[in-house]
This record gives sequence, C-alpha cells and structure tokens, in this order.
Amino acid sequence: MLTLFIALTLNFVLPRMMKGNPVDTIALTLTQGMKDQNQIKQVYETFNKEFGLDKPIWMQFLVYLKNVLRGDLGTSFGQYPKKVGTILANAVPWTLSLQFPAIITGWLIGNFLGAIAAYKRKAFDKLIMPASLAISSFPFFAFAMIMLYVFAVTLHWFPIGGGYGFNLLPSISFEFYASILRHYMLPFMTIVIVMVGGQAIGMRSMAIYELNADYVLYAKLLGVKDNKVIRYVFRNAMLPQITGLALSLGTMVGGALIAEIVFNYPGIGSSLFSAIRQLDYPLISGCTLVVTVAVLTMNFLIEIVYGFLDPRIKMAQLEDK
Amino acid sequence: MNNTLRTLFRSPKFVIGFTLLLVISTFVIGYPMVNKNDPFEMMGMSYERPSKEYPLGTDNFGRDVLLELSYGARSSLYVGLIAGIVAISIGLAIGLFAGYMGGTVDNILTTVNNMFIVIPSFVILILISISLNNRSSTMVGLIIGFTAWPWTARAVRAQTSSLRLRDHVNIARISGYGVLRIILLEILPYIASYVFMACILQTANGILAEASISMLGLGPFNTISLGTMLNWAIMFEAMGAGAWWAFIPPAGLIACFTFSLFMMNNGMDEIFNPKIRS
Repeated sequence: MLTLFIALTLNFVLPRMMKGNPVDTIALTLTQGMKDQNQIKQVYETFNKEFGLDKPIWMQFLVYLKNVLRGDLGTSFGQYPKKVGTILANAVPWTLSLQFPAIITGWLIGNFLGAIAAYKRKAFDKLIMPASLAISSFPFFAFAMIMLYVFAVTLHWFPIGGGYGFNLLPSISFEFYASILRHYMLPFMTIVIVMVGGQAIGMRSMAIYELNADYVLYAKLLGVKDNKVIRYVFRNAMLPQITGLALSLGTMVGGALIAEIVFNYPGIGSSLFSAIRQLDYPLISGCTLVVTVAVLTMNFLIEIVYGFLDPRIKMAQLEDK
Repeated sequence: MNNTLRTLFRSPKFVIGFTLLLVISTFVIGYPMVNKNDPFEMMGMSYERPSKEYPLGTDNFGRDVLLELSYGARSSLYVGLIAGIVAISIGLAIGLFAGYMGGTVDNILTTVNNMFIVIPSFVILILISISLNNRSSTMVGLIIGFTAWPWTARAVRAQTSSLRLRDHVNIARISGYGVLRIILLEILPYIASYVFMACILQTANGILAEASISMLGLGPFNTISLGTMLNWAIMFEAMGAGAWWAFIPPAGLIACFTFSLFMMNNGMDEIFNPKIRS
C-alpha cells in the first residue's frame, strides 16, 4: 500500500518538475495568430481549469489522488478530447494477453532448461549456457527487430506488425480471430525466448548451488534414487527463482512494452511511444501508472503463491493460528 | 593482486569476454581515426546498400552507418559507465550503511529499498526523462544510475550484515574506530570483489537501459548512440525498406557489449565464488 502511494506520488511529482508547464505549451500553439488579448486569456483560463492548474499544488495532488481512485486519469493532450482512461482501456487487454502467458511460459521453460543444464553439465550445459547468455544480452526490442526482420520481412512467415490485419474490422468472426492469432505468434515467441535465456542462467546457478549442498551428498550416500534427489534440488532452487521473478518483473514488463513498439502491437507500449512523441503528458503518466499498478499487483500475487509453496512460511502461518 | 589477475586470465569465460570488449573498443577508438568524416554528415542517398564506400550502407539520412556505429558505441559505453558508477556508489553507500548499522536504520532503509525494487525502474526512468528538456549523455547516464541502485544496495546490505559481527570488526569497534573508518577499512575490502562484479553488471544494464530509453525517443539529444540509431531505424521504416544494415549492426553491437560484460562477470563469479565452480 505504501509502495503504491509512493508510486502515485512519483507519478504526480516528476512530470510537474519540468521547466515550463505543458499546458502553457499547448495553449501557446492554440493562441498563435490570435490577436485579441481577452481571447488569449480565456484560452489559458479554460485550459488551466480543465487540467486543474489553478489550485495550489497540494490541492492538485489530492484531486489527482481522488481522480485516480475513481479511475479518471484525465484528458489526453495528443488525442484531445479523448479520455486517457478510454485509450488505456483499449490498450490494456492487448498487452495483458500478450505478456502474461509469454512471461509465464518463458519462466517455466527457462527454469526447466536451467535445471537440466545444471544436472547434466557436459555438452548440454556447454550449449545452453552460452546461448542463454547471448540471448539475454540483447535488449528485448533489439531481439524483436531481428526476429521481425528474419521471420516477417524476409521469410514472410508472419505478418509485419499490428494486432490484426489492416483490412479487417474488429468483429466476432473466425477470420478476425485467426488474424489476431497470426499477429500474436511472433511477439509471443520473442518474449518467451528472451525470458528463457535469463531464467535458464539464474536457475542453473541456483541448481548448481543446491547440488553442492550437504543434504544432496547425504541423500546420495543414503542411496536415495537420483530422480528423487533432483526433485528435492529442483524444489529448493525454485523458491529463489520465484522471488527473482517478482523482483525482475518490472524490468521484464518494461522490456516487453518496448518490444511492442517494434511489432506495432496495439498495446500500452505503443500508446506510450506515441504519447512520448506528442508530449502527451496525461497519457504518459496514465501508462506509467497502469504499468506500476500492474507490476505491484503481480508482485502481491506472487507473494501469496510463494506462501503456499514455501513450507517454512506455511508452518509459520499455522503456528500463528 | 598480480596473482588474482593471473587466475582471472586463466578462466576461459573471462578471457572471451575481455577479448571481445577489447576488439569493440579498438574499433570504437580506431575507426574514427581512419575515417575522419563527421558522423552527422549526410553523404549518400538514404538507405544505400553496403558498398566499398560505405561498408555498412547508409541510414535514413544518408549517413555512413559504420562511422555512426563507432561513435554510437562510444556514447553508449560512456552512458553505461556513468550509470554503472553512479548506481554502484549509491547502492554501496546505502547498503553498507544499512547493513552495518542494523536495527531501525536498517529497517527503514531496507523498506525504502524494497519499494524502489518493486516500482519498475523503467517507469521512473521515463518519468524523469520526460521532465528534463535538455538531456546530454552524461545526464542520461546519471538518470539511469539513479534508478538502478536498489539491486546493488540490497546485495551489499546482505553481505555487510553478515560481516558486521565478525571478530575483526568487533575488535575494530572495541578499539574505538569510527563508523566510517570501520566500514571503509574493515568491511569494504571483504566485498570488493563483489562490488567490482556488480559494477560490471550495472554497466551492462546501463547500456541496455540507454538503448531502451533512446528507443522510446527519450535518449540524449544531438548524440549518436546505439539506441538512437535503432530509434531512427524504427521511425523511418528501415524494416519496410529492407534496410537490415540500419538496425542489425547496432542491435548486434549492443548485444556484443553486454555479452562480453556478462561473460567477464560470469568468469569472475566462478573464481571468487568457488561454490558454483564445482
């Protein structure tokens, strides 16, 4: 909760620190060519009122908090008079349905490969490790550009961008959904591959660390079957990986958002990109707010899941009762 | 020290990473000396194919991509280094202080730290960047460093708090040394190898962050960096024009940078951290 509050504050304060306020800029472009002083004054007053800039700063902050809680994120500068909320409501489903499955899939495959690499070592390890390291050295979007160039532009396996075909209107038809699916594949695969790279490295070192632990040696000396030992190791190495997922979620979501721009995918990343180009401050802070809230919520969910998975926490909770 | 270096260079991973970095650096420093043209000068048509004159073709403004690449790599590395140093300094200061003091100070600092870890640094990066009208490379580096410290602070705190009850630290405390002196002389040397490794990682992350933020159009002004090159490629439809030379080289170079730094870090990790060497 406190984190959320601080995030909101940052979201409010940082854009307002900038020199020259954005409303003046807009009003200036609108009043260009106007001669009548009264008219100019009127334009300024209307805008200041609309964006609530005529009140003292702490009042603005309270109003901002109240609006955010009601889900009102203000009016977009760039696509005036559209509401930021409406623009985001169109973008969020795209981003969510792309990133959520992709991150989960990537995380699972990555951990699996990492554990195998740690256990098998030898050739398998020699192959997977450098490959993972190389992939995770690419920024998401640079990798996306290369994927797009190879698979869409050169090989024509996938469409070049967008969320669905240009010639289609959103409708509940088989054709429309097929088109969505075709446009979905490439961004999805890109996120999964990059995720796999990073997770495999983390899991490998975790698993190697666990394999060297005393309990593994003890289990082996007791003659416990290999499979069973691996399962213990995997479960123990998994816990830090879950925490790792929670902690790196912000970076990953951010990276995937920028990859959206490359694919011209109609999600939050693309909205953010056009908002930045048009200096559309309300939309920018709307985007960052949505991302922050989403990441915090996911973190909270992961923490709950973690409680279920870690027997020590479960024990502690039982004792409390 | 000499001994450590010799051990380091016996690790194949470290050597691979180091060599790669050396090769890139030679190119970055060497090429502008061979080709003395101004990277901003528009010499050819837009998106000319690679030829003898322009080994990697030209970009959308008709500028020599190879020349741009050498200047871009230089500013990317510069931004990365600044970001790395800033992030390490802040992280180290907070981590050492929180870890050594313990108690309430530790609790407060850790809570703040955790908050900044969870709030996506990417968001703060965007918010700060849009509020600044005039961004130089140095400024971008500072901003990135300023958003990247929580990871380091967290790790440093963990290590410091495990060190603070060691005997030699206790003795120093009994001898009446000041807090600053104990931290600098009795604790810092023990985590120096970690700090150095973290600095390498932070630099790599700084390069990646610069690329991302420039891609969004919030990079340094009037500067060629690898990220801004990619931004131009997207904005001017290099993809549709089939001009692979406008975006694959910068993307690859970013990856080479981070790959070499990751490799060096990995090699050092295996040496300083015998447990994962096995």
